[in-house]
Amino acid sequence: MSALTPLSVPRLPRGVRMRFDPVRNSQVLLAPERTFDLDEVAVAVLELVDGQRTIGEIAGELASRYAADKAEIEADILPMLSDLASKRVLET
Amino acid sequence: MNAISPAVPAPIGLLAELTHRCPLRCPYCSNPLELDRRSGELDTATWQRVLSEAAELGVLHIHLSGGEPTARADIVEITGHCARLGLYSNLITSGVAGALQKLEPLADVGLDHVQLSVQAADAARAERIGGLRGAQEQKLVFGRRVVELGLPLTLNAVIHRGNIDEVQAIIDLAVELGARRLEIAHTQYYGWAYLNRAALMPTRADVALSIAAVEAARARLAGRLVIDLVVPDYYAKYPKACAGGWGRRLMNVTPAGKVLPCHAAETIPGLEFWHVTEHSLGDIWHRSPAFNAYRGTDWMPEPCRSCDRRELDWGGCRCQALALAGDAAATDPACSLSPLHARIKDLAVSEAATEVAPDYRYRVIGGAPAAARQEEPA
Repeated sequence: MSALTPLSVPRLPRGVRMRFDPVRNSQVLLAPERTFDLDEVAVAVLELVDGQRTIGEIAGELASRYAADKAEIEADILPMLSDLASKRVLET
Repeated sequence: MNAISPAVPAPIGLLAELTHRCPLRCPYCSNPLELDRRSGELDTATWQRVLSEAAELGVLHIHLSGGEPTARADIVEITGHCARLGLYSNLITSGVAGALQKLEPLADVGLDHVQLSVQAADAARAERIGGLRGAQEQKLVFGRRVVELGLPLTLNAVIHRGNIDEVQAIIDLAVELGARRLEIAHTQYYGWAYLNRAALMPTRADVALSIAAVEAARARLAGRLVIDLVVPDYYAKYPKACAGGWGRRLMNVTPAGKVLPCHAAETIPGLEFWHVTEHSLGDIWHRSPAFNAYRGTDWMPEPCRSCDRRELDWGGCRCQALALAGDAAATDPACSLSPLHARIKDLAVSEAATEVAPDYRYRVIGGAPAAARQEEPA
């Protein structure tokens, strides 16, 4: 699989979904045989992963929401999304 | 230790053994030697209640297993109930007999993931191991259909002397089928596998080759296929944290409704298991004697008690300690720090060295022959 770029359009494939876990009071990403605990940043990113937006657009939205630098956000979320892709829980 | 301890985390997963009926007869089956009969199986409404209690308790993943779970007429209803509760459903199936027919209805009600077993890559071998002629073609058709439906597919292969030289071919098969995950799971020797250990134990050299094949494939297939590897205990340095630690992450409900900390726990004499028809799942998790027997670290003997790894390995496997050391509270002999470790390794080496492996004793409802019960410690 080729590496993710700001132009990649990520999506969660069937069998991978985010849900709120009321017992542990946190969002989790459920995947085959795995559960990922998500921090606030990961939740904010994954809420924008919809199979429509590019990674660059996701970074742009987060940048305006948090009044932060888009390039910095992009540099933060690319490795995070690449890691999920290497674990086969995110596709482009 | 009967009060609810705030330190006990909620369980993450529940293995629902819906039935022990299965068209396959694998000689390493993880089910107990004494299999539950159909007449004793929980009904649909009870399973649905148990699943609701599981969701409330904090369980996230439901592993619909068996036996062959699609042998249950109500598998679609049970799976749909998981979906309504937000539970992540994982169908652990042989893919044979009626499984294919149920697949699309299962996908429609929200099944999340399918784990398909393969016994080998070569059909003749696979069918000898599974004890069912014609199984391999059915499995391949089933696996392809899973992928066509867009469901994530995991292939699971239990590895032993009879297929260890096929690890590469099994990896190729997983890629060809379009699986996202592959489990290369070296046999764990409990129940039927313990009974058949001398027929299943691979040589250490073959184990090393199989691990090398997995490592090379992981690098080559990164982002395409995730490969999980379960290494064989008898040759290991440290034991595995069985079920993620006793009473820490998992619950196992038998076809008849007994709740176990792991699927083999019934082999341990003297443990008191509670039943879903008598107690709620939460009560069983927090208060049942079986779940509290080896929970945490208080029960540990030396060398576990003062070991740096005690909260990594959780003392290893209690059932294996019983089978090999004759004491469920002993250090798991799979651990190199166990005084019995060298003997266990020698045992594996000598069993693997026989020129011709003994015949399999196939899994059958009605129990193993009396002479073959797992009584004698090694």
